[in-house]
Amino acid sequence: MAQITLVEAITQALAFEMQRDPKVVVFGEDVGLNGGVFRATDGLQARFGHERVLDTPLAENMIAGIAIGMAVQGLRPVAEFQFMGFIYPGLDQILSHAARYRNRTRGRLSCPIVYRAPYGGGIHAPEHHSESTEALFAHIPGLRLVVPSSPARAYGLLLAAIRDPDPVVFLEPKRIYRAVRQEVVDNGEALPLDRAFVLREGSDITLIAWGALLKETLQVAEQLSTEGIEAEVIDLATLKPLDIHTIIDSLEKTHRCVLIHEAARFCGLGAEVASQINEYAFDLLHAPVQRVTGFDTVMPYYQLEDVYLPGVPRIMTAVREVLEYANGGAA
Amino acid sequence: MHKPRMQLLASFDIASLQYLDESGQTTQALPDFATPDTLVSLYRQMTLARMVDDRAVKMQRTGQLGTYPSSLGQEAIGVGVGAAMAKEDVYCPNYRETGALLERGVRIEEIYAIWGGDERGQNYRHVCEDLPLSVPIATQMLHGAGVAFALKYKHEQLGEPIRAAVTSGGDGATSKGDFYEAINLAGDWKLPLVVVINNNQWAISLPRSGQTACKTLAQKAIAAGIPSLQVDGNDVIAVYQAVLEALQLAHEGGGPSMIEAVTYRLCDHTTADDASRYQPQEGVKEAWGREPLRRLRIYLESLGIWGDSQEEELQRELKEMLEEAVRVYRQTPRDKSTAIFDHLYGTLPEAFIEQYQQLQGDS
Repeated sequence: MAQITLVEAITQALAFEMQRDPKVVVFGEDVGLNGGVFRATDGLQARFGHERVLDTPLAENMIAGIAIGMAVQGLRPVAEFQFMGFIYPGLDQILSHAARYRNRTRGRLSCPIVYRAPYGGGIHAPEHHSESTEALFAHIPGLRLVVPSSPARAYGLLLAAIRDPDPVVFLEPKRIYRAVRQEVVDNGEALPLDRAFVLREGSDITLIAWGALLKETLQVAEQLSTEGIEAEVIDLATLKPLDIHTIIDSLEKTHRCVLIHEAARFCGLGAEVASQINEYAFDLLHAPVQRVTGFDTVMPYYQLEDVYLPGVPRIMTAVREVLEYANGGAA
Repeated sequence: MHKPRMQLLASFDIASLQYLDESGQTTQALPDFATPDTLVSLYRQMTLARMVDDRAVKMQRTGQLGTYPSSLGQEAIGVGVGAAMAKEDVYCPNYRETGALLERGVRIEEIYAIWGGDERGQNYRHVCEDLPLSVPIATQMLHGAGVAFALKYKHEQLGEPIRAAVTSGGDGATSKGDFYEAINLAGDWKLPLVVVINNNQWAISLPRSGQTACKTLAQKAIAAGIPSLQVDGNDVIAVYQAVLEALQLAHEGGGPSMIEAVTYRLCDHTTADDASRYQPQEGVKEAWGREPLRRLRIYLESLGIWGDSQEEELQRELKEMLEEAVRVYRQTPRDKSTAIFDHLYGTLPEAFIEQYQQLQGDS
């Protein structure tokens, strides 16, 4: 079986679903002949034709808006934005319309759309190419927000997203587009949405992250393991709706939690998860939940992006604080 | 001073269309569809649209309806557009289109429900696949382009019958990127889309002159490479004919076109607005002289097929229909509390069950 990268898994999922369902159409800027700026749609136009893999004029709001018209007529549009920073012109269409059509028409029309965008920093890109503003979408009722963290999950979750009857914002952590290879069975099997995945079991502390930062999070877990501390690592995967049950189940074993994301701290998703832990699992905690996040600043140009991005040392510091709090604290 | 020599690369014309002038006289031979029966039917529907609007405003004033955008004075556009469309075509409207909605088969009580704060008013699955009305300006034009793509795709790839999309917006909509992005794409992709601009001269308080330096709104289509036309928006025959031709072009694979229908908003922007603050009285008075119902009635009278008795009979019939719709609207109990979750997602995600349960028993 072929070992493929995350971005190749995206291509594979798109190809599988286009083959299976003639109502799937793929469009965006440069997605056709050029195969997308990250090559996520490479070869699809040659295989499925110009009628199903379409290069659009350069207008992101338009891309977001026409997807709605296609979807309410029963197609399954998959719209690509070149970078998350370029989605913003389309926010009005995504938030005001895609997310609300089903509700607005009391179920008569729905928007089974996937809005795909590479997101996150760490690839030395220019400004507006490293955004991690997923909380914008997580806040909006009616949307689903999915972030894969490995080739296999990218494949399975993207299939699920395309088949879902509602709009899904599918953010692809571009820092790990090609960082790892993994065997992926191209059998069309989707992974469940709205579910977190336990990547590593442990009994001492729960580490929660999504997307590219799971790489550093797992490194921290490995390092802790050499010291005899076993961390449970959870990949949130679907950021909205949130699978709080998997987190609570984990806290029943570990009683300690660190949340890790590269988005800015204020109103970041970590705040929501921490708040839900507080509401549902306060009695389980032996230490306050800690967040390791990006700073409340603009994502810097790439010379300073390593300053901004959480890495192993910052995660480790937070983990130690949480562990030490438990050791010497009231618990 | 140096004067560079330049060559003319292209030139463009904007045509206008009118059949019936403001005094009810024909300005040219009428198109084939304009039989006495059809014209009476159009007159009837414009009269109904005006009555529905009038009653809506009265209900708003007495606390029985929320904010309502009347289409007083521009009934010819809504009715002309709605009547020219095939049932199978898909309409993607803005919010001031009561006449078109009625033509499309949406019930009066559903229109009242929408403005009475009940989403069920936009679930008119009994008549059509039309999109719900759109409150933000021009956003629906992109949905229209997407619908047009889907209809073309479903015809060419999946063998479904030929259909087209029609989208409408006001003069203010032509200042939005969504409008330009929609016509640009429709032209580029040759989509079966008809864009109708309801130029009623006012975007709330901003007059047409403050909206754009363009001499006509129709000429904006030139930039997108699609054909366009200005019609007398108070002449229902012209609107009907223009939409019919545009739809024929779309159905035949000829791509999109745009129609600027020139009219005047003879009412406040909505019931929350006071147009006397900005509309010059002289202009309003003049506009009343051009309004669409009167001129068609004069014409019907000149044909000897309309008079006071027909008018009285029509008023009586429509009033009865309206009263029944108002009764249904008033007697419809509000939706159950849990409905706010019922249609948020196809299936309620587990994460929201707790909130849903808070509302259960509250219904």
